[in-house]
Amino acid sequence: MALKAKIVKKFHGFNLDVEFETDGSCMGILGASGCGKSMTLKCVAGIEKPDSGRIVHNGRVLYDSEKGINLPARERHVGYLFQNYALFPTMTVEENLKISLAGKEKEKQIQVLEQMERFQLNGLEKRLPSQLSGGQQQRVALARMLLSKPEMILLDEPFSALDGFLKDTLQLEMLELLKEFHGDVLFVSHSRDEIYRFCDHMILLSNGEPVVKGLTKDIFRKPLKVEAARLTGCKNISPIERISEYELYAQDWDIRLKTAEPIGDLIRYIGIRGHNLMPANDPEEENTMKISLAGSAHTTFQLQYLVQNAARLSSSKIWWIREKKEYDTEEMDTIPLYLKFPKEDLLLLS
Amino acid sequence: MGELLKTIDWSPLYLSLKTGIAATVLTFFLGIGAARQIMKLNNTAKAIADGILTLPLVLPPTVAGFFLLLIFSLRRPFGRYLLENFDIKLVQTWPGCVMAAFVIAFPLMYRNARAAFEQVDITMIQAGRTLGLSERKIFWKIVVPIAAPGLASGTVLSFARAIGEYGATTMLAGNILGKTRTVSVAIATEVTAGNWDIAGFWVLVIVLLSFLIVAAMNIISGKNFKNGSGWA
Repeated sequence: MALKAKIVKKFHGFNLDVEFETDGSCMGILGASGCGKSMTLKCVAGIEKPDSGRIVHNGRVLYDSEKGINLPARERHVGYLFQNYALFPTMTVEENLKISLAGKEKEKQIQVLEQMERFQLNGLEKRLPSQLSGGQQQRVALARMLLSKPEMILLDEPFSALDGFLKDTLQLEMLELLKEFHGDVLFVSHSRDEIYRFCDHMILLSNGEPVVKGLTKDIFRKPLKVEAARLTGCKNISPIERISEYELYAQDWDIRLKTAEPIGDLIRYIGIRGHNLMPANDPEEENTMKISLAGSAHTTFQLQYLVQNAARLSSSKIWWIREKKEYDTEEMDTIPLYLKFPKEDLLLLS
Repeated sequence: MGELLKTIDWSPLYLSLKTGIAATVLTFFLGIGAARQIMKLNNTAKAIADGILTLPLVLPPTVAGFFLLLIFSLRRPFGRYLLENFDIKLVQTWPGCVMAAFVIAFPLMYRNARAAFEQVDITMIQAGRTLGLSERKIFWKIVVPIAAPGLASGTVLSFARAIGEYGATTMLAGNILGKTRTVSVAIATEVTAGNWDIAGFWVLVIVLLSFLIVAAMNIISGKNFKNGSGWA
């Protein structure tokens, strides 16, 4: 079980140039809108044609620009879950499910009924897609896709059209379904949480080019590249000047920081996630900064503060995030005087 | 009026309807076919082909008639070829009426079909492909049903245009009572002959028929404008 792909395609003023391999598990492609991630999926599915490259799935060549091979989408056996689900609006749920099936009417009917059962769609047979909720539409699209017996499935922002409450439930449902699917899964999303939840491996795309590839957990723990740090949700990033092997100066924050790891020659930035900053009382402690509050913006379960180096008010603002212990906590009782940048949480970025 | 109804020759009405229906059937399939093929072309080829197919809509019907004669006249090679090899004769015959009406009505069907296809969300077609469906199945089972309202109004408009055709019809098919004299041709003939009452009667028939067609079209398209009330 493996997909090997090298895709080069010029579009919208930049070049898409990605190369990756999968190993039968779920592989995530994370990137901001317009970075080329959907285009990558479309090229794998065969509904867009790369300018050059090679796509091989389980030893079967789907596309090879040098040999002039370009299998049409219908022969690729690739299931594609579209962002808007692409249910056929003039057909009922039943007809949507039936369309890819071949064989006798009776056998088709049985398969459709089984699938409706499996996806909890009973009772919705005669509904049109427009009469379904977002979650039901997604289930129909998934059910329809799996009935066409794909050898690999591609999920294109599968949750972006759903609201928050549904999203979490449906994500759990889909995790269950993906466990039953034995084949490669490519999951495209701009949401780092979704990628973290679904994919063991990931690629980070920026402007059509992969920034990092690897194990999802590793990339989130150690993004290594500045784009990767941003895309994995690190809000605090500053350019640096290297002072010694274990010490640097963060220009935007006007602070000298000690690091746990040696600072290599390629390191240009330092990052720290908002929730890794710790309140401190002792200004003499390592990596500690006197702060002044510049603003706050709280979400349901988090307190988010914007703070600044009190010694230099022209310095960049730093996000500091605290989980609320109780949801009705509105403010912290006291804002601490100092924040500590724990050296083991510092992200050295190139 | 009673006297007129008893003595009138109904053949023009019968011929108009027959011509209209035959020409509409032709435009329906060929218009959809042309629209489908055009959608596949690149932009330059699309613009050129679209221009040629739309030309009969903007040209005076007599110009279309002139070209039709140029092609199908028995004194010209193609017309003679058709007659000698397939025994097909369009000049001064009913098939000529159909051909003239078809050429004039075709752009209406073609343009409506193309507009309707362009409205179809491309992901529908892409989804069909990834589900392993043939292009034929995708077109007839997915695209055409989604485009149905546009196709229906194109059909109705083509029919209306086909039964009213005059210019190209007289040039190619002529004006033979009982054979090629349709209602619109009959009106001109009766007025020239000074038979204002008969001409008036046919005018009445055409006005009624056209009104029915417009009403039918509004009923069809009305179903698809659920949000129309928002404009009021």
